[in-house]
Amino acid sequence: MLKRRRNPLWRFPGVAPTAAFVFAYLYLPIFILIAFSFNENRLATIWTGFTFDWYSVALNNSDMIRAARNSLIVASSATFIATLAAIMAALCMTRERFRRQQAVNAVIALPLIVPEIVTAVATLLFFVIIGIRLGLLTVIIAHPVFSIPFAYLPIRARLQGMDPRLEEAASDLYADPWRTFRRITLPLLWPGILSGAMLAFIISLDTFVITYFVAGAGATTLPVYIFGMIRIGITPEVNAVSALMLLISITFVTLSFLVGRMRR
Amino acid sequence: MKRTSLLAAGVAASLCMGIGQAADANELYLYNWSNYFPPELLKKFEEDTGISVTLDVYDSNETMLARLQAGAAGYDVVVPSDYMMEIMIEEGLVERIDTGEMENFANVTKPHDSPRQDPERAYSAPYLWGTTGFTYDSARVEGELEESWKEFFEPRAELSGQIAVLNDEVEAYNAAAYYSGIFKCTEDPAEAQQILDVLQAQAPHVAMYQSDGTIDRMAAGELIMHMQFNGAAHRAKQQRDSLVYVYPKEGMSFWNDNFMVPKGAPNLENAKTFINWMMAPENIAIASNYTGYMNAIRGSSDFMDESLVEDPAVNMPEEYADRLRPTEDCSVKARELRNRVWTRLRS
Amino acid sequence: MGGGMGRLLRRSLLLGPALFIIGFFMLLPLFLMGYVSILERGMAGGVQWGQHTVEAYVRFLFERDLMDNLVVNIDYLRIFARSFLLALSTTIIALLIGLPTAFYMSLQPARWRNLLIFLVTIPFWTNLLVRNYAWILLLRDSGLINGGLQWLGLSSEPIRLLYTPFAVGVGLTYSFLPFMILPIYASLEKIDLRLVEAAYDLGASKWQALRRIVLPLAMPGIAAGSILVFIPSLGAYVTPELLGGSRQLMIGNLIQGQFGAARNWPFGAALAFVLLALVLLAMMLYARRYRRAPGQA
Repeated sequence: MLKRRRNPLWRFPGVAPTAAFVFAYLYLPIFILIAFSFNENRLATIWTGFTFDWYSVALNNSDMIRAARNSLIVASSATFIATLAAIMAALCMTRERFRRQQAVNAVIALPLIVPEIVTAVATLLFFVIIGIRLGLLTVIIAHPVFSIPFAYLPIRARLQGMDPRLEEAASDLYADPWRTFRRITLPLLWPGILSGAMLAFIISLDTFVITYFVAGAGATTLPVYIFGMIRIGITPEVNAVSALMLLISITFVTLSFLVGRMRR
Repeated sequence: MKRTSLLAAGVAASLCMGIGQAADANELYLYNWSNYFPPELLKKFEEDTGISVTLDVYDSNETMLARLQAGAAGYDVVVPSDYMMEIMIEEGLVERIDTGEMENFANVTKPHDSPRQDPERAYSAPYLWGTTGFTYDSARVEGELEESWKEFFEPRAELSGQIAVLNDEVEAYNAAAYYSGIFKCTEDPAEAQQILDVLQAQAPHVAMYQSDGTIDRMAAGELIMHMQFNGAAHRAKQQRDSLVYVYPKEGMSFWNDNFMVPKGAPNLENAKTFINWMMAPENIAIASNYTGYMNAIRGSSDFMDESLVEDPAVNMPEEYADRLRPTEDCSVKARELRNRVWTRLRS
Repeated sequence: MGGGMGRLLRRSLLLGPALFIIGFFMLLPLFLMGYVSILERGMAGGVQWGQHTVEAYVRFLFERDLMDNLVVNIDYLRIFARSFLLALSTTIIALLIGLPTAFYMSLQPARWRNLLIFLVTIPFWTNLLVRNYAWILLLRDSGLINGGLQWLGLSSEPIRLLYTPFAVGVGLTYSFLPFMILPIYASLEKIDLRLVEAAYDLGASKWQALRRIVLPLAMPGIAAGSILVFIPSLGAYVTPELLGGSRQLMIGNLIQGQFGAARNWPFGAALAFVLLALVLLAMMLYARRYRRAPGQA
């Protein structure tokens, strides 16, 4: 759309260095954690030598691998459901005014405010009372609930800045609101959707209290598994598994990047 | 002829049912503390019995209890501590398994064969037991420290800011109670105030209240003194041999963890098989070796690591036996006082 | 589009899924917890269904002294206040470094922008605990930062970084940065640089361009990001515990403890509802003061 040949970045000094600092800040612990996954010592905090052993220990730990797999399944499903619901809700809330919008905002923000332990116990009690059997499914049901606000807020922020006249013009041209949405709104909304989906995903990956309470036997996710290890201390095995998760995420990102480039 | 074929049919039918049962009953869901059960022991169990085990974890008795109280089901074996056993029996959360009548029960040493909370061992079986004391780095203190909570609650000058207390309401409160000579389940607000005074006097010298990563912390030499469980102390000592575990003379908490079967467990028979199997010396020794905690089975020391048997932190010398104080489940009023002391301390 | 009926139908269809999911799986359980907060605590934890009392709420502000009189108790208020301050400072710092970063991202060529979104979130595919432990390795007295400073000759003795409020700030801000950066980015991404160029041509200074064009555009994102950082950090307890030495309780561990060692579910529920009421009140006041019509930048 817009050619940015003259990047005005130089007019805003401090922006680029701050961004560089932030990215360095974000990745510093990651490099540490990858480095220590090769630590020979069992204690993650004293370096004694280089080894790949922890990776084979991690890959052979079927309970941990099962937990990691469960985490990815739950996070993906929850993100999908939450983002879909969030897009629809954001569209409605920003395009119209009606009474009780404040109430709807409060309801959507509710999962953010209530402390996790309370949500966890409440949801478990609720499941038991209505007779749902606990399992991986109950986890998949519980996660979108708190992911929705994380997807909703960025999408709504994006929509709030969008010029409604574009859509109005389009809907004059296209009789069908669905086409308007697909051709105009969706592409414009995309950065908001991607942001919201990524936030929902990472919040779901890290949630353990709620998962812990509503999961059935055998449905442990990775954060629950790791959090339980707190007492004794994190072994490099956990670093290895985290490094593997990073590998998965980087692979996913690279693939989608390549797909995106092919489509252009 | 007719009777034989009926008999044959009956045998065939029960065989089929038996096979059907075996196919279903090949599982066990174990719900345990994290890092408290060696993976190789699970594998050994699977090889010995053909039952495949799924392990889920929790980080405290209370969260395990909260889950069961809220109705979560699906587990065959859970591992509560002693005081939690009492609660679970009272609340009707466990199945009666008559451990006292199992084959390997004869291996259980006293007094673990008849704990106060379950004298007939009708509902539980012993797993591991331990003590809570404190560890210090002898290389960084002058001389030897007295075997007393005094060194912990009224530390020497060089120890100020180098002490860690467990981030555990119960353990910290109990230690202060032992030091003050007060019953740890006191319902008297004046006595609770005394306990609070001890804790508050110590607070300026405390670097942190942490239950996590105690082994790392002491082994890396980050601090000089740490309230610790004895198994953790053992594992830390293996990395730094100047560490010393203290059995304070005023008294220290002695706790044990046990196997129990929650009501409505889907694989009751497998649970019993597992519990019986765990009372065999060669099996429980593997658990002790992994966690660093002592077990309650006679003959297991033949299979345990030498370092464990030789470490006084794990293999408690006889003369300290009267310093051990078993955990108690306090009354609501006592628990309330304890919680208020803890909140006041940390607010 | 159709008349009133059609619009109502469309609105319910659009809002339906989100409201149903949250309404059914959050509101209903919450009502359940509200009921729990006015029940008698069970002897061993849990509750006694059917026995009612408001003791839990009374306990937030008062306690009973030796003579069984009600005395004001500000312990819980102190804990709440401390958590609010921590959450506020985390939000401000995240904003200060997040806003320029989001702006930078929005100025990059189109094909890099999506990549940058992923780059911001990839570190968070790891586990919270593991990330905190990495910070412990970095910040402690014998850690890598102190080691680096000494190697560079900038200091001769280790500086105490870990188990300080500074460490908690570093750790919490770290955990919540993406939640500030991405919403602001989503708002800023559509910045029309021609407006900026036009402003400069007309003689505006950098600050004026910033204030008049960039900031208003970023406002919805800033609001969204602030909510997504402030509210969760109110309930944060893992990071303050691990990096701050846990010398003082936060709201999160306080409430967690009620379902844990204290086994006082009604009090835990009551505390949560007090928190809920305070935050909703704050949100309502904020909305009333800064009411914006939807669709306007």
